[in-house]
Amino acid sequence: MNGWYAALAALLPLAAAAATLIAHNRPRLQTALSLGFAAALLVDSALLFAAVWRDGIVVVQASGWAAPFGITLAVDTLGAVMTLIAAITGLACLAYATAEISEEDRRAFFHPLSHVLLAGVCGAFVTGDLFNLYVWFEVLLIASFGLLVIGGSKAQTDGAVKYLALNLVATSLFLLATGLIYGLTGTLNMADLALAVPRIENVGVLNAAAMMLLAAFGMKAAVFPLFFWLPASYHTPLVSVSAVFAGLLTKVGVYALIRVVTLIFTHDPAWTNTLLLWTSGLTMLTGVLGAAAQNEWRRILSFHIVSQIGYMVMGLALGTRLGLVGAVFYLVHHIVVKANLFLIAGVARHLVGSMELKRSGGLYVAAPWLAILFFIPAFSLAGFPPLSGFWAKYIVIKAALDERGFWIAAAALVTGLLTIYSMTKIWGEAFWKPHPDGAVAATEAPRAMVAPIAALAACTVVIGLFAQPFLAVAERAAAELTEPARYITAVLGARS
Amino acid sequence: MEATLAILIGVLVAVAVWLMLSRNLVRFLLGFTMLSNAVNLAIFVAGRLTPSAPPLVQEGAEGFASAFANPLPQALVLTAIVIGFGLLAFALVLTWQAQARLGTVRTDEMRVAEPPPAREAK
Repeated sequence: MNGWYAALAALLPLAAAAATLIAHNRPRLQTALSLGFAAALLVDSALLFAAVWRDGIVVVQASGWAAPFGITLAVDTLGAVMTLIAAITGLACLAYATAEISEEDRRAFFHPLSHVLLAGVCGAFVTGDLFNLYVWFEVLLIASFGLLVIGGSKAQTDGAVKYLALNLVATSLFLLATGLIYGLTGTLNMADLALAVPRIENVGVLNAAAMMLLAAFGMKAAVFPLFFWLPASYHTPLVSVSAVFAGLLTKVGVYALIRVVTLIFTHDPAWTNTLLLWTSGLTMLTGVLGAAAQNEWRRILSFHIVSQIGYMVMGLALGTRLGLVGAVFYLVHHIVVKANLFLIAGVARHLVGSMELKRSGGLYVAAPWLAILFFIPAFSLAGFPPLSGFWAKYIVIKAALDERGFWIAAAALVTGLLTIYSMTKIWGEAFWKPHPDGAVAATEAPRAMVAPIAALAACTVVIGLFAQPFLAVAERAAAELTEPARYITAVLGARS
Repeated sequence: MEATLAILIGVLVAVAVWLMLSRNLVRFLLGFTMLSNAVNLAIFVAGRLTPSAPPLVQEGAEGFASAFANPLPQALVLTAIVIGFGLLAFALVLTWQAQARLGTVRTDEMRVAEPPPAREAK
């Protein structure tokens, strides 16, 4: 039964895509199906997480082909947590979308594409096979292309061109690296690769393939210097689309980085970790400085995605168990907070008519409830105690100090400080300043927009106030990542 | 045979990189097509070239009688070709849309999503 939960995490969204496509000409039925399947995915991923927590790593061999010959699904604590959080984000954004998208957007296949995207994301989290991971990446990529251009404005076409071009390069690199690794080892099963890679004599080719994979995943995760596609495109699509992108897409890249660095490329950790550490520091700083120069809600937030990715990569780069605990905790905290901030930006636009900070204002008087809802994720992002971001930053920085990484800790703290600058800029411009036109256009937002925001803000508060159980989950995920033998034995049996 | 293909792949990648550095989106996409073909060939070669029988077990036999061609890279390449085709189809339509809506396929003229700051200051 546990195996079915893992398989359904990828199959349910695919079924949802098919069902919503069939119901294309019946708007209400399509919306109901879309939300129903998203809720079902949430239940399934919760059951999957419970199963992993209770019984350890869940492994499925597709069609009963024994690993490493068939396609393996393998879900450890990290994979289960990511699937769960993806399902929560997906449901929240789809619920928000019911109030946002027009009939025209709906007819542009919003619902089927959203579910294909979720299938790609969840598939990437549950798979245990490198080529299969490539395929799920492509699934989510092609769906994201379609979602990005729904609406068809000039800015969207422009943003989509940049997004497309860099992702095509990343995709080719990923595929080439996969081919080279297959040529070297004769296997693509990740657990089998973990055993085969240390035995490779031709280290030169292996390193070339490893660097290509790091570059490809780095591009997906938007790390320095490969992040330029993100701030070029994330402020252009529908709000619900950009919220899903902001929450999930880059994090799939981070997840893939964590997976290959802890499981497969363990042969030269000093080199990989140093490279990643430099990358993470520069990612944090360039991201946050880029954000400081922006004056539009979603452009500020897009640059903050980049800077926050730096913290996660930093946790991974430290190479210690505590660093990984921090990275996993950060992932969970960040997905919720970031998706929520994008949704709030959408409500702000709904109320004041613009996302340009110059043309916003007066929200604190007109909609104090939105001010509270913004305050929670914004100051969690900046790392204020007792919100979730404080614990995430605390663990990552503590891990850095334990390793005597004073420079990287300093970079992380400076980034946190500059994040406060950006958040107070939004606060001052959009909430405190009087509206340039004198009055705000509307003071009420549709309930379908506010409910998901409130739910996600509640998640942030709960993670912040009751951090202990979440920390326990992150610790177990990190323990599994630092002892890959458990993953390998779970997939391949005791033969290793 | 491997050497010939390796050189061919190298030439393809070189041409692809040259094309992809262009600011013209159409040339970029032609480069991407070359690159994905080069990658597919690389996977094919990585699976070892064996000029021998198809991987079919004869009726009644327990295993392969002789050396056989590796079917896995072919399956991988087939998947990659289909995916590359899908991506290219989308990319071509997007290029056409860029020409229709933005009036250009040159990337340095596409400044709608990120307007240059100098213009804002005026």
